[in-house]
Amino acid sequence: MTRYIIRRLSLLVLTLLVTSFLIFALTNLLPGDIARLVLGRDASPTAVENFEAKFGLDKPALAQYVDWLGGFVTADWGRSFTAGNPPVRDLVLSRLTNSIRLAGMTLAIVIPLSLLLGVLAALREGSVTDSTISVVSLSVVGLPEFVTGIVLINIFALGLGWLPATAYISQNMSFFEWIRLLILPALTASLVLTGYITRMTRAGMLEELKKPYVRTATLKGIPYRRVVFAHALRNALLPTIAVIALSIGWLMGGLVVIENVFNFPGIGSLLVTAVTQKNLPVLQAISVLIVFFYASANLVADLLFAVLNPRIRLS
Amino acid sequence: MSDPVIRVEELSIEYRIGRQWLSAVQNVDVNIDPLQIHGLVGESGSGKSTVALAMIHYLARNARISHGRILFDDQDLRTTGDKAIEAIWGNQISLVPQNTMDSLNPSLRISQQMSEVTRHHLGLSMTEAYERAAEALKHVQIADPEQVLSRYPHQLSGGMVQRVMIAMALSTRPRLVVLDEPTTALDVTTQAVILDLLRDLIKEEQAAALYVSHDLGTVAQLCDYVTVLYAGEVMESAPVDELFAGPRHPYTAGLLACLPTSSGGSESRLTNIEGVAPGLGARSSACVFADRCPLAIEACRASKPPLENAGRGRSVRCLRRREIAAGEITPFEETTRTEDRAEPSRSHVLSARNVSKRFDETRVFHRLTGRRAEGVQALRDVSVRVSTRSTFGLVGESGSGKTTLARSILALVEADEGGLTLRDKPISTELRKRDRETLRNLRTVFQNPDDSLNPHRTVGQTIGRTIHKLSVERRSRSAVRKQVEELLEAVGLTTDYYHRRPAFLSGGEKQRVAIARAFAPKPALVIADEPTSSLDVSVQAVILNLLKDLRATEGASYIVISHDLEVVSYLADRIAVMYLGEIVEQGVGEAVLHFPSHPYTEALLSAAPTPDPAVRHHPIVLRGEIPSPRNRPSGCPFHTRCPRKIGPVCETETPPVRTDEDGHEIRCHYPLAELKEIQEAGPPSASGRPDELPGSASGRPGARPPAGGNT
Repeated sequence: MTRYIIRRLSLLVLTLLVTSFLIFALTNLLPGDIARLVLGRDASPTAVENFEAKFGLDKPALAQYVDWLGGFVTADWGRSFTAGNPPVRDLVLSRLTNSIRLAGMTLAIVIPLSLLLGVLAALREGSVTDSTISVVSLSVVGLPEFVTGIVLINIFALGLGWLPATAYISQNMSFFEWIRLLILPALTASLVLTGYITRMTRAGMLEELKKPYVRTATLKGIPYRRVVFAHALRNALLPTIAVIALSIGWLMGGLVVIENVFNFPGIGSLLVTAVTQKNLPVLQAISVLIVFFYASANLVADLLFAVLNPRIRLS
Repeated sequence: MSDPVIRVEELSIEYRIGRQWLSAVQNVDVNIDPLQIHGLVGESGSGKSTVALAMIHYLARNARISHGRILFDDQDLRTTGDKAIEAIWGNQISLVPQNTMDSLNPSLRISQQMSEVTRHHLGLSMTEAYERAAEALKHVQIADPEQVLSRYPHQLSGGMVQRVMIAMALSTRPRLVVLDEPTTALDVTTQAVILDLLRDLIKEEQAAALYVSHDLGTVAQLCDYVTVLYAGEVMESAPVDELFAGPRHPYTAGLLACLPTSSGGSESRLTNIEGVAPGLGARSSACVFADRCPLAIEACRASKPPLENAGRGRSVRCLRRREIAAGEITPFEETTRTEDRAEPSRSHVLSARNVSKRFDETRVFHRLTGRRAEGVQALRDVSVRVSTRSTFGLVGESGSGKTTLARSILALVEADEGGLTLRDKPISTELRKRDRETLRNLRTVFQNPDDSLNPHRTVGQTIGRTIHKLSVERRSRSAVRKQVEELLEAVGLTTDYYHRRPAFLSGGEKQRVAIARAFAPKPALVIADEPTSSLDVSVQAVILNLLKDLRATEGASYIVISHDLEVVSYLADRIAVMYLGEIVEQGVGEAVLHFPSHPYTEALLSAAPTPDPAVRHHPIVLRGEIPSPRNRPSGCPFHTRCPRKIGPVCETETPPVRTDEDGHEIRCHYPLAELKEIQEAGPPSASGRPDELPGSASGRPGARPPAGGNT
């Protein structure tokens, strides 16, 4: 098992190296001269030269990559192209913390909710409960986030006044204050994910419940809830874990719409801004981070998979 | 005699299919006395599993008991509530299922799964339950229970898992054990050991048992009393000796007559029960067997015959049982007739020389680190020659390499070493390099026709496509169609089948289509890998006869692969026995079936259950399991289990191939004359030693080769 973890960790590092190189290569392939794009068409040649020297753009591409990589691992992520040239690291990390909070909050809602609904639907296969769960969760998946987000704002913020309509996190908020802020955006993201994960859990559970070992367990005469939770659920979770891991990647980088609706300072909107501004240092840092979260979520999923499944762990 | 443990009275069960309730079981009575092992026999669709499931109160959701009672301890299981049944399950009634590997939770240790039962029902503590489990495993002759308890199901072999299941089923000392085909998935030598164990344990624990099976051989060896089901009705029930000595119902007689026996020799022909069993809900006022019964008279079709007491503890549902009992009429005779078949010629249609195949598990990781990959030597220096117009039989247990050999000949796997010749011309071991002529001449019939026929093509398309793709000259559409129709008739199907799809065919019909397809391009050699193992015995007889007939009419040769010595010896002129990728013995059919034999063949022969309770034999018990091909024993590969082991020479030196004047080859350190002498003197003394966990000393237990294995 230890060897397996080491092997997977080294693969993770390799993945990051390869993707960082690809990201770097792709951003350098952007059409046009970066300095001119940033400074405008009328910029003087001296200004362009100064800009290029300042950000090392005058060096060969490979040397730029090596510099950037060296900086990245030593916590110097370069400086932003934007006014004042703030350090990329500070800019990205504060947004990242927010995004992690939102993702965590979303998962805290999604995982218990969809597992519960999935198991319930599977146990009552074909019943009214089952079809209600399926229909409701799937129809919500079909709705765009800005629709569900605005509906939720209208009900809970504007209508009932229980929760704030925007989720602008500032630095010195207490834990409970930001939890309160995050409820609505997290709920909106949850509505997108719950449908899928419930379906996966239901399908996995149904498949397991049909397997002969469930019959063996039932015919042991042990209580049925033990059959369901101690025997079947454990194996049914395996495909669900993979789906949850994939959704973590989305939660980390793909929440732009929700961030906009709630005016939430997350990493998604920073990424979009960086793209429009051709702000390469920020763009590169965020891309690598998103890949990192994707890959680590998958790694964690694989490890969990191995823990739950001795056939993988022991071979 | 004391009261029965369980009484099934006039039980009728229906299944809801679509909007209808279709009858599956009608008026079935089964009583099981304490200490009795009651056999419930029938072919697929006979309702035997439905009755068994009703007896453990575990019917499918779409089933209902429409009539009758099931009394367990005077308690009607039909009206037992959920809580009450939980107190009975696992405690009073337990089940040993068929498909054992899937019957244990793959992600829980054996100890957790075993102790769960005793903790719940007997209120044992964690440690007590663990100790109880270890004790139970000792009872099923597992030498190192702690080792087994600490493992997960996938780390154990099929035979070992079945022991665990038996130990678990008996750990609460239940009053009734339901055994649902407990040995069908196991190899013959393992089956023999498990049956032996079961018989002793059930008596020892004072339990009663229901043994559900399609296999008359194991029923004869294990049961005290037998009930024969056909189309959901009891045809006959009798004490086992009575039933096998003189079946009174024509169906029972037919089932017994259509079993292939090795004594028959390759000239005999099996009895067929014509027709097919009625499907679900085909309730009629006639005898359900009348349509297939050679003795049916008008009265049989006019009304349903009652199940009548026929004395000496037996009951029979047949109007003509008295005439049958008196021997005035005989329903099915074991017709043995000699066929005018061409003598196998001296030329060889196919020969394989020194074929070896190794499966390596090469992974990127191994390449990067340069570590040696683990491998499985699936075939080792195998040479066979198949005479023209003859049948070559390959016998062996799972992992013996018999399927890999077939696949190497077909070039579905590429042999590492060795050469193949077809009609004295060398052919490539690579599929891509084979010409159309070679492909045309080597055809195959697979084990499971459900998987080998494309469900979207009609029978005509399936067979026509093979003709179209492989025939030498181009043919018109109508010529192909005509040929397909001729083939359909040759395999005993009518031309009506041309437009049908596999889903509308029975198992036997599908296998006939697969056979017609194999013969379509007029091949020189047909390789049949377990052609009948997924079929019922009565259908098996039909298919085996068909294969025999086609050999005569089409002039083809066969390689027939089976784990069943009886099937192979029925068809084959020459037999080879394989063990761990090697041929340990080969020769003319009769020679292989008689002494001298390789000690492994001797064990295989003794393990095959005879459908005759009078010869309740004690099989030669082979110690342990077949070793993993990953750690093949040195010297003679069989030395770890050989009851005839001479001494250290077997462990260190590869045994020589000893050949007698008739070309009978045995790979053993014993000279042939000496081997014959000791084998005729009697079976080797039983070791009585409990089994060791296979591969506990080294390597990975129960591991199967990654490819080439068959199910």
